Amino acid sequence: MSATILLLLALGLGLAGWLAARARAWAFRRQSDDGRLGSLPNYHAWYVALWIVIPTLAFALVWTAIAPGLITQSVLGTPEASSLPAFGFERTNILNEARAVATGNAMGVFNPAAEGLVQPYRSAIQRYSIIGLIVTLLIAFAGGAFAFLRLKPDFAARNRVERIVMAILLVASLVAILTTVGIFASLIFETVRFFGMVSPLDFLFGTHWSPDPMANPDNPQSDRYGAIPLFWGTIYIGAIIAMIVAIPLGLMSAIYLTQYANPKLRAWIKPALEVLAGVPTVVYGYFAALTIAPAIRDAAAAMGVSNPSSESALAAGLVMGVMIIPFVSSMADDSIAAVPQAMRDGSLAMGATTNETISRVLVPAALPGIVAGVMLAISRAIGETMIVVMAASTAANLTGNPLESMTTVTVQIVAMLTGEGSFDHPATLSAFALGFVLFLVTLALNFFALRVVKRYREAYE
Amino acid sequence: MVTLVHDNLEQTDAKMSARDVSVYYGSKKAIDEVSIDIPTDYVTAFIGPSGCGKSTFLRTMNRMNDTIASARVEGEIELDGQNIYNPKLDVVQLRARVGMVFQKPNPFPKSIYENIAYGPKIHGLADGKTELDEIVERSLTRAGLWNEVKDRLDDSGTALSGGQQQRLCIARAIAVDPEVILMDEPCSALDPIATAKIEELISELHGRYAIVIVTHSMQQAARVSQRTAFFHLGKIVEYGRTSDIFTNPKEQKTQDYITGRYG
Repeated sequence: MSATILLLLALGLGLAGWLAARARAWAFRRQSDDGRLGSLPNYHAWYVALWIVIPTLAFALVWTAIAPGLITQSVLGTPEASSLPAFGFERTNILNEARAVATGNAMGVFNPAAEGLVQPYRSAIQRYSIIGLIVTLLIAFAGGAFAFLRLKPDFAARNRVERIVMAILLVASLVAILTTVGIFASLIFETVRFFGMVSPLDFLFGTHWSPDPMANPDNPQSDRYGAIPLFWGTIYIGAIIAMIVAIPLGLMSAIYLTQYANPKLRAWIKPALEVLAGVPTVVYGYFAALTIAPAIRDAAAAMGVSNPSSESALAAGLVMGVMIIPFVSSMADDSIAAVPQAMRDGSLAMGATTNETISRVLVPAALPGIVAGVMLAISRAIGETMIVVMAASTAANLTGNPLESMTTVTVQIVAMLTGEGSFDHPATLSAFALGFVLFLVTLALNFFALRVVKRYREAYE
Repeated sequence: MVTLVHDNLEQTDAKMSARDVSVYYGSKKAIDEVSIDIPTDYVTAFIGPSGCGKSTFLRTMNRMNDTIASARVEGEIELDGQNIYNPKLDVVQLRARVGMVFQKPNPFPKSIYENIAYGPKIHGLADGKTELDEIVERSLTRAGLWNEVKDRLDDSGTALSGGQQQRLCIARAIAVDPEVILMDEPCSALDPIATAKIEELISELHGRYAIVIVTHSMQQAARVSQRTAFFHLGKIVEYGRTSDIFTNPKEQKTQDYITGRYG
């Protein structure tokens, strides 16, 4: 509530600053001899407005984050709070109830102990919202006055605005990076907890995976956390079976589209192929679980395999391969298209056929880009969750038989997090360790793929 | 200065001859009923202002225009009396007989050796490694590049200097033993020293191959060619001995162009 008010206040003051600065700039303009300013009046206006809005918003953001804590602190300082239990659930509950009533989110209290805290809460909230309002106004006026006083006929407001805009864009791009760092930090924290209970060596090199979420957490049974079968299942499904499907099909479709298809056909096929990339993976999961997996089981049975699994690695891998085709094909398409036309002409002029030109000149020249595309596709495939959750099993088998059921890292992450163990049980925490490994591997794959792409782009510039 | 081998225009055999060739890009007519005989033993230069159609016409001579979807060719071009636009003709064989060197050096991103060996390999010209080695050495020698690269045949062709790259491309064209070599402004991306080397090379190759060179530089045409065709707006305005074209043109337009009045 108060955040909304602060936001509106910031924007309103910004508008006022904008209008005032513009009027001032116009005044400069009328006074000047030749009717010209260093910058257009609108830039003066934006300069002042940004100086008001940005600091105010920044403060509002910080204030909304810290104000509840400050309010609670001040409530706890009142004599009414002395009767609270020292810590634990009840204390939190009472405080929450009192706050809910004070802010009008609840009609009355269940716990009589909360009754007495409602009034201190009300007054604290009121006090702090007034403080917030005053500080906001102070900041807005300080920023506005600072900017306004710098306005002069020859003030380079245009360049200043340019720089402020650049800073805003920079912050926007940092958000994604900082989020990645945050994810990484939270993963590390839980992973370290897990490795405090289970030895990293057992985890990374053990071949037996069967965590028991019901086991006594004090005796973590380290030998049940060997993740090799999961890593193998992930690689087998995502990097082997899926790639056996995706690399040839993706590459061939890219070659057809760039070299043979006439523009009309290309205009149809390329978007159709890219639609594949937009299909939600859960839909692929249905397809894998309901259509492909039974078909593979029946085919295996018909070929005399006794008792074939209905959740085969093959089914998940095949469907995942189809899902990955657009990634491989669009990267391959881009890199083949990036090979200069002169290269193609040179080969054709030697009397090579289109096919010879493709296989001996274009594909070798585009190979780094194609390899990078494949690496990105692999990192995508091993991180893929829905298809394998629906089509692969949870049984951790270390086998090379594609008709057997297998499980992957992502499947086990889901299984462990949604399992019955408590949150601080090693079985649950193992999900974070698995996620951490997955994160590192895909990060490394992406990193190398992007470096390859970059070097390859430079080669033709 | 290059000395003319034969000076009598009428006596030479035509290696290639075009009859009423028109080329369209979509509905735009780029070449308008051009007829020309390309002699066996000479270097023929095509000169003319930008956009006059000289490069387009050159590309019709080994059907490189086929790679442009909107291009359409009318008329006949004969190579040793055979129409190269005959639908039954194998364009792959044609391009092996009529090689091409492009404006910008375009070596393949392969080793120097592989660049030269590419053509002989796809056409099956060499039996075994020794023979292929011979072809590579001979082609590079003829292109005047052997001494510069013989110790680093495994280096990438793209690592050479611009002029060396262009000579590599000429060596590559020579490697399949063509009868005609078409050169589309082969020196326009090169510095004067590299240009001089290419011109020298053209003079050495002349006689062994029929050479057609498109050039923007009239000095170059005068230096390397014995026959010159002046193209303007998709037509050949004048065609004859280079010495005649440059010293005693019959057409006013040619006179204007070579004296730099336009173009």
